[in-house]
Amino acid sequence: MTDMILQEGAAAAPTNVWRAKALASFKVGDSVFKLLAQIAAATVLLVLGGIIISLIIGAWPAISTYGVDFLTTQRWAPNARPNPVLGGLGPIYGTLVSSLIALLIAVPVGLGISIFLTELCPQWLRRPVGVAVELLAGIPSIIYGMWGFFVLGPMLADTIEPAIVDAVADIPILNVIFAGPASNLSLFNASLVLAIMILPFVTAISRDVFNTVPPVLKEAAYGLGCTTWEVVRRVVIPYTRVGVIGGVMLALGRALGETMAVTFVIGNSFRITGSIFGPGTTISAAIASEFAESRDLHQSALILLGLLLFVLTFFVLAAARLMLMRLERKQGI
Amino acid sequence: MNPLYAPRRRKSKIAMALCLGATIFGLAWLTLILFTLFWNGFAGLSVALFTQMTPPPNAQGGGLLNAIVGSLILTLLGIGIGAPIGVFAGTYMAEYGRFSKITSVIRFINDILLSAPSIIIGLFVYGAVVVPMGGFSGLAGALALAVIALPVVVRTTEDMLLLVPTQLREAAVALGMPRSYMIRKITWRAARVGLVTGLLLAVARVSGETAPLLFTALSNQFWSVDLLKTMANLPVTINNFINNPDPNWKRLAWAGALLITLAVLSLNIVARSLSGGRNPK
Amino acid sequence: MTFQPLMRAAAVAIVAFTGVTAQAADITGAGATFPFPIYSKWADAYKTATGNGLNYQSIGSGAGIKQIQAKTVTFGATDMPLKADALKKDGLVQWPMVMGGIVPVVNLEGVKPGELTLDGETLADIYLGKITKWDDAAIKKLNAKLTLPSTAITVVRRSDGSGTTFNFTDYLSKASKTWADKVGADSAVEWPVGVGAKGNDGVAGNVAQTKNSIGYVEYAYAKQNKLTFADMINKAGKHVAPTVAAFQAAAANADWANAPGYYQILTNQPGDASWPITAATFILMYGEPADKAASAEAIKFFDWAFAKGDKMAEELDYIPMPATVTALIRKTWADSIKNK
Repeated sequence: MTDMILQEGAAAAPTNVWRAKALASFKVGDSVFKLLAQIAAATVLLVLGGIIISLIIGAWPAISTYGVDFLTTQRWAPNARPNPVLGGLGPIYGTLVSSLIALLIAVPVGLGISIFLTELCPQWLRRPVGVAVELLAGIPSIIYGMWGFFVLGPMLADTIEPAIVDAVADIPILNVIFAGPASNLSLFNASLVLAIMILPFVTAISRDVFNTVPPVLKEAAYGLGCTTWEVVRRVVIPYTRVGVIGGVMLALGRALGETMAVTFVIGNSFRITGSIFGPGTTISAAIASEFAESRDLHQSALILLGLLLFVLTFFVLAAARLMLMRLERKQGI
Repeated sequence: MNPLYAPRRRKSKIAMALCLGATIFGLAWLTLILFTLFWNGFAGLSVALFTQMTPPPNAQGGGLLNAIVGSLILTLLGIGIGAPIGVFAGTYMAEYGRFSKITSVIRFINDILLSAPSIIIGLFVYGAVVVPMGGFSGLAGALALAVIALPVVVRTTEDMLLLVPTQLREAAVALGMPRSYMIRKITWRAARVGLVTGLLLAVARVSGETAPLLFTALSNQFWSVDLLKTMANLPVTINNFINNPDPNWKRLAWAGALLITLAVLSLNIVARSLSGGRNPK
Repeated sequence: MTFQPLMRAAAVAIVAFTGVTAQAADITGAGATFPFPIYSKWADAYKTATGNGLNYQSIGSGAGIKQIQAKTVTFGATDMPLKADALKKDGLVQWPMVMGGIVPVVNLEGVKPGELTLDGETLADIYLGKITKWDDAAIKKLNAKLTLPSTAITVVRRSDGSGTTFNFTDYLSKASKTWADKVGADSAVEWPVGVGAKGNDGVAGNVAQTKNSIGYVEYAYAKQNKLTFADMINKAGKHVAPTVAAFQAAAANADWANAPGYYQILTNQPGDASWPITAATFILMYGEPADKAASAEAIKFFDWAFAKGDKMAEELDYIPMPATVTALIRKTWADSIKNK
């Protein structure tokens, strides 16, 4: 034993220097690497900070000129003399209404598809159908816009909208909401396109959270004699309620910010008409249409609209994230 | 049958029928959209698409070469800037700061950036790059795409690195490997399939984006690979062409749209098959 | 590590790409969609003749004015001419390049180009939202021989800042007092009704797509896309069709020599054969440009267009500037634009 240690001690003397040098260079390499990683992580925060700061700087002239009135003024006259009169009510209204209608359509359909996928669908069909629905999410949004303009628009203007207008012609409130004339480009068209766009998000997240329900709970319910619908309604959905709402809010966040699909089909009108069959605009469509030629106060007002949109989506997405995080914690992840 | 059970059963059957209906409804739209795209797009596909430049309106022929090349350049550059930052940031979150509070904050912020409206990113890059530079440029467009790709890469990198078993790391460190070396040679290597998946998803995400390029890279009728000038790209070109009643331009726009969709869908499928395959072990 | 060689290759590629600059000098310009068809035709021919390209972004007069003021392009193009004091303030020089006509286009089943007739008052009422159906009495009065459907009119107008809109609304203001009071004339107005489309091409595309719609476009767009245009009743009360002769009759009234900055509005001109909505389109360039070489290249293009582009313009039903005026313009270049 001692000769081994003696041998080691003898051999260690020259290699000590080499090892010290290697350790020193490792130390430098380590610190550089760690620094790079830290800088990169900070970049994520910097990007968010940069977005907020640049939006506020750009929007400041409009904020100081219009103040809170910007949220309640409908008139959008960038060329008014002597000063432009700009109000964001039109785009804000359009954004909220189109996203709301899109949710009203997409949530039931999306939940229906996820229920189908988790409860009814035969095993061999599950993957293809799931993949097919997720393919919808992969299609770039400009294609939705093109399709909405060339295919959905005429479909709505020629058959669907006139039918609805005639059907509700005598019902008091509905005949204002669904008033004619039927048009290719309308808030309704944009809402439908948005609904199809956010459908895969609702479906994917719902299906994932539905799959996290412990089978023992469902089997217990079946064992008591519940029908499939009762199991879904009384066991699955209450268990996953938070996750589903999180998914819905994620989809809402996506719908609020969608630009290209909406710009093609919404009609670009800043006036609020009571009817959803009339043209309108959303914040992102307004920015996309008018930014390239805007100057000074007009441009600042558009950036202010962008800031409002960012704040709105920030809150919606933060809420969604919090809900999904709570669900993950419940799973023990 | 038990009279209490029959109405419940009927309700269940109706509900399930509605769910089936919802699925058919959703798939019907998908089929309709893809059908329209393929029908119109295939009519425009030709070899000339890849060999000729964008034509002026109301001319015959022409292709999308400058737009395709421009898009490739912008995408490569955008990923080239965004992906390394994303990988390093994900590495920080999974390796160095795994249990710290700041990591949860970064993860939160990252998820918000992931779903932020892309037109806001375009406005940000306009204010931060285009205005100081004094003009539109391909560089600004690439930066906008980098900002869009960043959150995707951060997210997948962190997820994939978290999947690598801790024992691998501990074994490497026990053998005397310095930490950065261990991360590079062991952890990244073990997760490399996942990291590549993240890259592919980022490319797919970035390829289809139009809004951020509208006020940064704009577009260019001619062949230009100069990053300091406006650069042609597929999405903005499609946007310009489709609004024009010229049938030649419309044909090219649909063909371009088909190209983008095929690229995005195949990237998604490849990424899915890669990650669904082997686990990094 | 797999990333290193990949990144190295990417870096080399990027350097190689950015090292390659454009071989030929590309002239950059932006602005009106009104003259885009003729500018692209000229640009194509110029490139074949001299190898220099013209990179023209057809983004609307409003955006064109903004870009030239921001100095991001060498020339701006606008159908809404700037007044002398605005020109002086920015140090810009303005001149007309070519003239053309704006026509109302409709999408009505069974109605062929030239069969529908409208006048200024009726057109204004349609765009005010006062006339909402195609079989309204006012339209029927002008078109006794046509059977018009009882459907609603879908009004299409511009969503962007447009010189075409400026000329169109200027005509409507002259033709209808209600329009002048309520809306007025500008590149972007507060439209009472209608869906907005981007650019002349957007309006043309929208009208082509939407049944029972009406819009206004520069004549080349209507002709090239085989849209149904309408005839008009002009100031003299005569029925005119949009032809080169009608545009020229209106243009003959212009007094270019005495207008500072060549500011002339050609709408609602007197004369039996004049087309009521005629317009000239202008170019804006800096008197003292920062990039003298680019400015000189651009002037060379415009000089070539004046010398050799007349026939191409007429093929697309634009009116080239008369020789007397181009001589004046060349003198303006020599006097006002310092690019030597």
